[in-house]
Amino acid sequence: MQQFLESFLPAGPLVVFVFSIIPLMIILVYALFAIWLERKVAGHIQDRLGPMHTGGWHGWSQTIADLVKMIQKEDIVPAKADRFLFKMAPFIAFAASYAAFVAIPFSSGYIGSMIDVGIFYIVAITSLLSVSIIMAGWASNNKWSLLGAMRTAAQTVSYEVPTVVTILSVIIVTGTLNLMEVTEMQTGNAFLGFLPNWLIFHSPFMVIAFVLFFIASLAEAHRVPFDLPESESELVGGYQTEYSGMRWGLFMLTEYADMLLLSLVGATLFFGGWNSPFGSFMDGPVWGAFWMLLKGMILVFVMMWLRWTLPRLRVDQLMNVCWKYLIPLSFVNLVLIALWEMIF
Amino acid sequence: MDLFAVAFYVFAILIIGSAAIMVFSRNIVHSAFALMFTLAGVAVFYALLYAGFVAVTQLLVYVGGILVLILFGVMLTTRGYFEKVRTRTVNLVPSTIFAAIIGLMLIAVYVTTEWTLMPLEDGEVTLTGLGELLLTDFMLPFQVAGVLLLLCIIGAVLMAARTRHPHPPAGKSSQEGPGGPSYGEGTGRS
Repeated sequence: MQQFLESFLPAGPLVVFVFSIIPLMIILVYALFAIWLERKVAGHIQDRLGPMHTGGWHGWSQTIADLVKMIQKEDIVPAKADRFLFKMAPFIAFAASYAAFVAIPFSSGYIGSMIDVGIFYIVAITSLLSVSIIMAGWASNNKWSLLGAMRTAAQTVSYEVPTVVTILSVIIVTGTLNLMEVTEMQTGNAFLGFLPNWLIFHSPFMVIAFVLFFIASLAEAHRVPFDLPESESELVGGYQTEYSGMRWGLFMLTEYADMLLLSLVGATLFFGGWNSPFGSFMDGPVWGAFWMLLKGMILVFVMMWLRWTLPRLRVDQLMNVCWKYLIPLSFVNLVLIALWEMIF
Repeated sequence: MDLFAVAFYVFAILIIGSAAIMVFSRNIVHSAFALMFTLAGVAVFYALLYAGFVAVTQLLVYVGGILVLILFGVMLTTRGYFEKVRTRTVNLVPSTIFAAIIGLMLIAVYVTTEWTLMPLEDGEVTLTGLGELLLTDFMLPFQVAGVLLLLCIIGAVLMAARTRHPHPPAGKSSQEGPGGPSYGEGTGRS
């Protein structure tokens, strides 16, 4: 990828710039599309139509119109808020989310950095997100914001444990933390004759690991049924209550980027990343990017589907689910996967 | 200057600046957030030294874990959520003397040491090598650290369980009414 860019771009720094900005372009276009999709999914699940007018075909440009509206809005900072932290928090939130995309292999030809610690880095850098949310909640000087921020911190710290343990159980199988190498391990076809060589088909416990990972990642992305940080009906808007205009838009963007990030991690760890489901058919760097994003989008769609299907948990139920079910299950599963690896 | 040098100086300024804010800020929450930048900047330094694993561990443990705990502590232990917590300067003379002595010692060490610049080795430090070392040569420290963490977990569970105990301990007599803990006249605490 870098050589390809160097072939038609003049200067070195420019190549680095374009190289590092590619995921941002993907995220921005994806966010526009995903917010529209979320509203359509919501509409159809609730037997409505959703946005229908803007742009003609099924209201496809509704989000673009919303974006233009949001840019025009006044940038309000509450009088008693902590101005500096209040203004900084959305940027740190998005930076933390975007920084994690460095270690995601978008296709066999594109990964931001081939760092040795790949997935570990993603887990670590996304923890900045909870700090930035606490920052937003505290700086807003508002009871609801702070309550939302506190819930976020508690939730993220708790649900990091099952996420990390399920990721660890995948790492036992792969033996590497680099997501590119994890994906390359899953290349090839014909597992049991017809299934692709993906890790989810590796052993029955990998299916359990995926389910646990997916539940925990829902909580990490603050999606329903774990969207307590911003539960509208009790906390107005949680940590985003005082934000308006583009700063609020950045939080929205962060939320959607986070969904995509966790979905892509899930797709890489369990569903073969950029590998084609048909073996060597439709394979290659460009098709790789297509498959990777398609797998990510399918998981994002499942997240949306769950959002409009499940009710929200209470705070104590949230903690119960994590500490009494997810963490013990994920540890037992870790041991079982390790045993499976020893025996077979 | 290459990109490495630029990154080094940018983050050095960031670390020193945020550390200064952390020490001199009157608002304890500002100090805590400044600490985040200091810790993250140190992580960048580890990354610049090709110690990727240490950098990521620094981020995960200090920024993701300890900093969140500090923020929690600061926010939950204050009386009102929004009462701005002010820090004050205490023990000015002893701390100045102590800091001066430590500073002089560090400067002395820096001046007297002969620094040799090691060439970058090609055989990079891999995670596999680190893991093998931890499970062979450094097995005992690794295990001791594990036992220590286990003790911490047990201690935390014990403390958390004790405060949730339904019956008050025998030493304290019954509380007056449903109004929560009473800040009584006789307790001697203000």
